[in-house]
Amino acid sequence: MPAYRSTVLLCAGGGCISCGCLPVREAMEAELKRRNLADEVRVVQTGCVGSCDLGPVLIVYPDEVFYQKVSPGDVPKLVDEHFLKGRVFERLLVKSAETDNLIATQREFAFFNKQVKIVLENCGVIDPENIEEYVARGGYLALGQVISERTPEWVIEELKKSGLRGRGGAGFPAGTKWDFVRKAPGERKYVVCNADEGDPGAFMDRSVLEGDPHRVLEAMAIAGFAASADQGYIYVRAEYPLAIRRTRRAIQQAREAGFLGRNLFESSFSFDIDIRVGAGAFVCGEETALLASIEGKRGIPRPRPPFPAVSGLWGKPTLINNVETYACIVPIITRGGDWYASIGTEKSKGTKVFALAGKIRNTGLVEVPMGTTLREIVYDIGGGVPNGRKFKAAQTGGPSGGCIPAEHLDIPMDYESLAKVGSIVGSGGLIIMDEDSCMVDVAKFFMEFCTDESCGKCPPCRVGTRQIYGLLDKITKGEARIEDLHLLEELCGMVKESSLCGLGQTAPNPVLSTLRYFRDEYLEHIVDRRCPAKVCPSLIRYSIDEAACTGCSLCARNCPENTIFKVEDQKKYRIDPARCVKCGVCFDVCRFGAVVKS
Amino acid sequence: MKLSELQEWRERAARGISVRGEQKDWRIVVSMGTSGIAAGAREVMRALMDEIERQELENVEVALTGSLGMDDVEPVLRVERAGETIVYGNLDPDAARRIVTEHIRQGRKVERYVIGLPKEKE
Ligand SMILES: Cc1cc2nc3c(=O)[nH]c(=O)nc-3n(C[C@H](O)[C@H](O)[C@H](O)COP(=O)(O)O)c2cc1C
Ligand code: SF4
Ligand code: SF4
Repeated sequence: MPAYRSTVLLCAGGGCISCGCLPVREAMEAELKRRNLADEVRVVQTGCVGSCDLGPVLIVYPDEVFYQKVSPGDVPKLVDEHFLKGRVFERLLVKSAETDNLIATQREFAFFNKQVKIVLENCGVIDPENIEEYVARGGYLALGQVISERTPEWVIEELKKSGLRGRGGAGFPAGTKWDFVRKAPGERKYVVCNADEGDPGAFMDRSVLEGDPHRVLEAMAIAGFAASADQGYIYVRAEYPLAIRRTRRAIQQAREAGFLGRNLFESSFSFDIDIRVGAGAFVCGEETALLASIEGKRGIPRPRPPFPAVSGLWGKPTLINNVETYACIVPIITRGGDWYASIGTEKSKGTKVFALAGKIRNTGLVEVPMGTTLREIVYDIGGGVPNGRKFKAAQTGGPSGGCIPAEHLDIPMDYESLAKVGSIVGSGGLIIMDEDSCMVDVAKFFMEFCTDESCGKCPPCRVGTRQIYGLLDKITKGEARIEDLHLLEELCGMVKESSLCGLGQTAPNPVLSTLRYFRDEYLEHIVDRRCPAKVCPSLIRYSIDEAACTGCSLCARNCPENTIFKVEDQKKYRIDPARCVKCGVCFDVCRFGAVVKS
Repeated sequence: MKLSELQEWRERAARGISVRGEQKDWRIVVSMGTSGIAAGAREVMRALMDEIERQELENVEVALTGSLGMDDVEPVLRVERAGETIVYGNLDPDAARRIVTEHIRQGRKVERYVIGLPKEKE
């Protein structure tokens, strides 16, 4: 490989591809060629760098200059400035949230420099479609060393020392699970990777498969060696076509290089991996449903025990872990369990990737040591809540999780601390809400998701979630009575207790936790028929402040229902409350702040 | 594949991505303003890259910058290491190759082309 003076990393994660990084890449390559720089500057398409709201993103090495929101039209000027003149092209730099200063390099950018990357260490740094880049970063050495120099017991011992816990939601110790499978009686065993990623706010598994697929393949092969399995399956949802394509290509390349297949590293150990594409139902992420789906049956959970470690795929002992769990394995093998255990808190080791979204300046994937406080994530990395609004709560764990109110901003983000306040780490969705978010509406959103996703096998979940949703809907419409609140709590308890799988058991959590911290907000909806965040349409009204109205008529012309009329003999407008459908268009279009929401 | 073969492959492949990741001890910054380019800075840069690759030096990165404000001695470059900076001027591709061999590899400055010494010394 020739030496290049500079490398341009072009983020081609799912987020960026949809915001147009491919035309940028083409423009970049054409421009470099035109300027005769093609053999000095190399363009590499990588996985997600994490800062999705800024895409398309370019990082130029070795200077590490970080350019955001690049369009194909910017490229000639950028090439001219950066590569010919050697100046940073300021127009495309990021501005610091606190100081308004321009940020030139990735190192200066708080979004990156407060993170600790283990799972994502290669994402955004290597070309995921080229195995050579993974090998250059030490790829497959851990597998080679383990097979040539170590025993399965050694691998499991390191994993136990590391304290790694499953990242798919439940947080079960990985070393213990591997040991169960190893010791389970049976000739044939399987290794499965759960890439169903059903939490609507999470996309770390997708990013790992898109940005660094070999890392997962290598870990699964190590798992196969430790558990004496010779076949692995990756279960991915069909909505992730790019992840599927890149993983497929990676498997092909790994087979050709001899990292998958028969007699790996000239040993007697053989291991291969296939992909299974799922329809993308949330419940198919539940392990027993997932295994049923791989077997070609309908993806419905079954009671446990027996656990998959004893009786999984086709009744054989099966090791099932999440993508992010596997993504931690190679560093643990390479640097040792003790090293991994030195990161994080006493009981929650290592790092966790969160998908930061909602009312926050920097959105995207962030990887931090377990135990980092919510405040650090929101303010230091996330850049705080925009538009001068105040932080109200954070929702973790998606539809199975709960909310953390402002009074707990200093909570360390780890399994134990989150459990204490009634939430979970879950798969890592982290949605930030500000004063303009209605907590009843949030609970309703997640409950609607669960009603849609319930597989319907058990009545408490199938019927109960629907009834809970109905009650929440009544509350947001101002039609509920105070007794409904008690009914709501009872229903939640019943669904939690009598559902078969985790979906039903955790579905009430968002309701229970918003009730715990924002009961007053529920009461205001019920008793005062008011939505304090002014979100629930039935409980707000729009009116025009006639002192502020200039009579421009913009609102009247935009109102879809023609409910805004001119006050006779005056240059003022008024809304007919009886016919207003509360679409909020007038509020958005008025340039004088004369439309009032109350 | 044997483990030793993988190790060899890794070393070969690592050179290809070495501009990314960890910072290098040595950094050569070439002045690439308009006058630098006119005076042949691009040829100097190519000679540097070529020599670094040929000698398999892994601990050097080459960056560029705008004009260093020394138009009369272009092409100009700066060699930086551990806070120490040497500026070379009036360069051509052969001079660039000598800088790689003598300064970076053998640790001897190429006095003939030195046009500025770091402030700490002299
Ligand atoms: C309704 C439901 C959905 C789930 N979805 C996922 C998922 O999308 N991805 C995942 O890794 N685990 C999911 N799980 C957890 C899995 O059942 C299982 O615990 C996990 O894959 C084990 O891997 P880990 O130990 O590495 O976390 C889900 C569980 C439930 C109950
Ligand atoms: S709890 Fe719900 S999703 Fe789970 S098995 Fe029962 S009906 Fe299906
Ligand atoms: S848009 Fe505003 S200022 Fe114009 S008529 Fe409507 S309320 Fe008045």
